[in-house]
Amino acid sequence: MIRLRLLLARFAAWPGHVASWLGERFELEDSVLAVLKHPVPRELERPVGWWYVFGSATLAVFVVQIATGVGLAMTYVPAPNSAYDSLQFISHDATLGSVVRGIHYFGAGAMVVLVLVHMTQVYLFGAFKFPREANWLSGSLLLLATLAMAFTGQLLRWDQDAFWSVVVAAEQAAQAPVIGDWLAHLVVAGANVGGATLTRFYATHVFLIPAAIFGLLGIHLYLVIKRGISEPPVAGLTVDRRSYRQRYAAMLERGIPFWPDAAWRDAAVSTLVVAGIVVLAAAIGAPQLGKPPDPTVVVADPRPDWYFLGYFALLALIPPATEALVIVGLPLLAFVFLFLVPILWPDGERHWSRRPVAIAAVALPFVGYVALTVAGLESPWVPRLEGASLPASVTRGLDAPALHGAQLFIDKSCWACHQIDGSGGRKGPDLTHVASRLSRDQLIARIANGGGGMPAFAGSVTPAELDDLAAFLQTRR
Amino acid sequence: MTPLGRRAFLTRVTLGLSGAIAALVGIPIVGYLIAPLFRTLPVDFVEVGKVADFAVGQTKLVSVRDPSPLAWAGQTADTALWVRRRQDSGPLMFQVFNVNCTHLGCPVNWQASAEIFLCPCHGGVYYADGTVAGGPPPRPLFEREWQVAGDSLRVRQAPLPTSRG
Repeated sequence: MIRLRLLLARFAAWPGHVASWLGERFELEDSVLAVLKHPVPRELERPVGWWYVFGSATLAVFVVQIATGVGLAMTYVPAPNSAYDSLQFISHDATLGSVVRGIHYFGAGAMVVLVLVHMTQVYLFGAFKFPREANWLSGSLLLLATLAMAFTGQLLRWDQDAFWSVVVAAEQAAQAPVIGDWLAHLVVAGANVGGATLTRFYATHVFLIPAAIFGLLGIHLYLVIKRGISEPPVAGLTVDRRSYRQRYAAMLERGIPFWPDAAWRDAAVSTLVVAGIVVLAAAIGAPQLGKPPDPTVVVADPRPDWYFLGYFALLALIPPATEALVIVGLPLLAFVFLFLVPILWPDGERHWSRRPVAIAAVALPFVGYVALTVAGLESPWVPRLEGASLPASVTRGLDAPALHGAQLFIDKSCWACHQIDGSGGRKGPDLTHVASRLSRDQLIARIANGGGGMPAFAGSVTPAELDDLAAFLQTRR
Repeated sequence: MTPLGRRAFLTRVTLGLSGAIAALVGIPIVGYLIAPLFRTLPVDFVEVGKVADFAVGQTKLVSVRDPSPLAWAGQTADTALWVRRRQDSGPLMFQVFNVNCTHLGCPVNWQASAEIFLCPCHGGVYYADGTVAGGPPPRPLFEREWQVAGDSLRVRQAPLPTSRG
């Protein structure tokens, strides 16, 4: 009995022995552990520490993206004639395929959101200021890389929408001055979207951008350790480039080790985020693919995933004349601003309560982007090309000319842009009560001559048809 | 002029050699990657159908296959075009349009009864002759060169049109 207990005790001690052997032989004490235990400001023990978790949560999701991405690449065939079928196989036939693809999809959304939340926290806490300017600059490049990953990833779905998204992306690139055409052909890897396009995007998504991310992440994390985590800002306590480093070093004298005193919060939030992604993936699964990509089928309504919808809406809403400027200029301006932030404001107040302009610089774009996203979800500028019909409540009791007019309303594509009683497109004005605004002659003049974005139908509608259309519209009071 | 020290000399040699390695490998890789940009398209005319298939006054969707597609291109080697037959014969017999909206490249849809092209993305509208009827497009639909050879209509291959032409 006693010998058994001794034996058990010896076994129980094994993991400790193995760990200490590995630790010694691999010099972990000096490397990994030393880094993990680097001192951080003591304030992070307090609830304010919860604000410091978003960077590591982003990192956790990035690891999830690598794992699921490698898994998907084991099955996905990046050739235009097979990509769609291989994705359908992953989504519907492969064991757990839908969940893995779902994790990659929701993980992508989480990456975009978390990077932005992390940057917002860093910005409002003034943590980008001296001596951490390069942390911010490498982080801005990581944001750029994250957005590039999100965009190229969506195209790899290679369905009808993805195909036309590539065309639209090339046309947008073509708006750039001087090198526009060259850029457009670089995007499609040739003269047209074809056999070479998808492999180019695939290699960019799985090798090129990830390689850039690994490099930038190395710099970013090295600087985080080297420069130290910024202390929570105190209103009135400003950053002075001559004295800050001494003050910070003195603060770390009585700091706490990052591992495990602060790291447990990162672990807790990362677990929540990853669990949320997996639950969504298991419950909802991967997004459905559209129709297979076929350039000869001209019915398409390419739209990006939700986090790009606001930008998509912006391009639809601005005056066409300003488009070249906005498509090229706005993203450029946004990133120039990001890069200038730590260079223009490296010292001074850090606390958000003393930086009202900084709060506005976060709040205004946020509110604007939410509004644009809502507009993007509704897309009232899109004409409706399918399912044209008017409800019976509209056509009931009409006399013969008006009934013929109602049919013309469908046949002549009026319905594509105009609503009556909630049926039809919303590009043009709602015509439910048009007869109370316009007389018969005004209606006929408007249909025949167009104007205000509406085509002139004089060439394709006969005078008799015009009469019937007007007769129908005059019943709309 | 101060003589170059041993260490400074070795530094330059090492940096120079590293640069040479990068150039040795980089030049072929970059050349390989940007080569498709400089490949000129064959100026082939490709048959899209028999002249008799197109009735005067009608606009019809045709598809044309890239004459030398990559083996794995699948459907992407096809391109769609709108063919409008205007007259029985003569130089104004046909108009051949790219399906791409001149705004941002989405495919326009021909509404036969209304005689307009509608773009599903941002609501660009064109008349039957390709001129802009409404919406954001900055210029008329792009046209392709065509020729009638015997009883068939042939269309010239062209790269993806952009608003800069």
